[in-house]
Amino acid sequence: MAGIGQGPGPDAVFAAKLAEGVFEIQKCGGCGTHVFHPRVICPACGSADLGWIAPTGRGTVYARTVVRRKPERGGDYNVVLVDLEEGVRMMSRIDGIAHDQIVAGLKVTASIGEGAEGDPAVVFRPE
Amino acid sequence: MRSKLSLRGKAAIVGAALAGCGEAHGKSSMEITIEGVHGALADAGIALGEVDAIATCQPLDMLSGLTLAQELGLNPRFTMNNRMGGSSFLSHTLWAAMLLELRLADTVLICYGSNQRTASGKLMTALGLPTYEAPYKPLFPLSSYALAADRHMTQFGTTREQLADVAVAARAWAKKNPDAFMRDPLTREDVIASRPVSDPLRVRDCCLVTDGGGAIVMRRAETAKDHPRPPVYLLGGGEGTTHRDISEMADLTVTGAAQSGRTAMDMAGVKPADIDVVQLYDAFTINVILFLEDLGFCKKGEGGAFVANGGIAPGGHLPVNTNGGGLSCVHPGMYGIFTLVEAVRQLRGEAGDRQIDGAELVLAHGNGGVLSSQVTNILGTEATL
Repeated sequence: MAGIGQGPGPDAVFAAKLAEGVFEIQKCGGCGTHVFHPRVICPACGSADLGWIAPTGRGTVYARTVVRRKPERGGDYNVVLVDLEEGVRMMSRIDGIAHDQIVAGLKVTASIGEGAEGDPAVVFRPE
Repeated sequence: MRSKLSLRGKAAIVGAALAGCGEAHGKSSMEITIEGVHGALADAGIALGEVDAIATCQPLDMLSGLTLAQELGLNPRFTMNNRMGGSSFLSHTLWAAMLLELRLADTVLICYGSNQRTASGKLMTALGLPTYEAPYKPLFPLSSYALAADRHMTQFGTTREQLADVAVAARAWAKKNPDAFMRDPLTREDVIASRPVSDPLRVRDCCLVTDGGGAIVMRRAETAKDHPRPPVYLLGGGEGTTHRDISEMADLTVTGAAQSGRTAMDMAGVKPADIDVVQLYDAFTINVILFLEDLGFCKKGEGGAFVANGGIAPGGHLPVNTNGGGLSCVHPGMYGIFTLVEAVRQLRGEAGDRQIDGAELVLAHGNGGVLSSQVTNILGTEATL
């Protein structure tokens, strides 16, 4: 059981897991609510009993935008909000699909890819 | 919920001024702010030394309330520096009314200034990207609003043309305002053909980057008529804070304006149909659609139709952002103070070609962060007390 005052905070725990190739979110031992992004206490009930679980990785695109950037600066890229099956939402990117094919409702699956600075980040691909 | 202790009509704006709008070459943000303060005090006929509470929120100075006291040579009884982005100043008015009503202060100054256009040419902000969004490089704050626009279009069928009509209406109002920054013609086609930035938003969906500042002075209603210009009474106010980061906003089509507007209108004892003029923080075209819905001027999902075809332009069914708004008049980064100054202009009958005849009630609404903080003020003339 996680607890206040024990070891590193939830941001550091999440980052350490991600660096090892593990994507986990929190689940409240008090009320059962899934929590992302990582928090110290459950935003649904206030409990500090937040443990870590592996999500199914399956999600649905809630909203998307395509940031327009000149080709010489790397070209366009997409930014999305994905709702995971567990009921939490996260910002991410969809790889392996043309930007204009990404629409709300698209079913996607998580994997660990690279973020803006080459750091590990959760990204998605179409199912 | 109506509180027994109401702020309705207890305090009034007795002075207001703008400063440095457009381009203020060679001036710092605080210097623009102080020029506005000087103007507002003159407008109110109040000496600087009478100010005993101050409120500000500056672009980069995290201790801007302290800087303001120093630059004004004041030792205020209260210094407010609460930062919620562009909505801050509409929250400052509520705190001002509380201080005045409790007689903890007698003269409250609320002010802002920014030199972002001449200093940097883009939004100046002390904020970085949120930890869980930074890996995906959303444009701050633009992509957050783009996501909200995308969701509104998906969920309600809001169209690209309807978004464009918000910008076209703002420009039509700006043409009536000699102080507006952008006054050349703008058509729906111009907006839709403008440079794409973060789909579905294009550059003409985005607020301007200008310099500018503003200030207001508030006093208790009982002495508000002892000043040169007619008082503008604060009839109601409310806040709503739903998140900080767009990825934490529960429903991108429903903002905290639903709560802030309800609270403010309940305090004021008014309903949307009573409002003569609306001033909304239009950082992006989608904002206006969202806020008109959430504030109750139309049903959820019908904001696109409400603003289309000149609905909020001169001659439309509701005058919105009569100064030209952040889209066409002025946008130095945290626009909220300008909703208040334009409300004062309208309620005093000083708005020139853009004056709404018989304006008695104005709703002013500020937005902070990325649809994160919403604050509503209801302001009225003496006839509305």
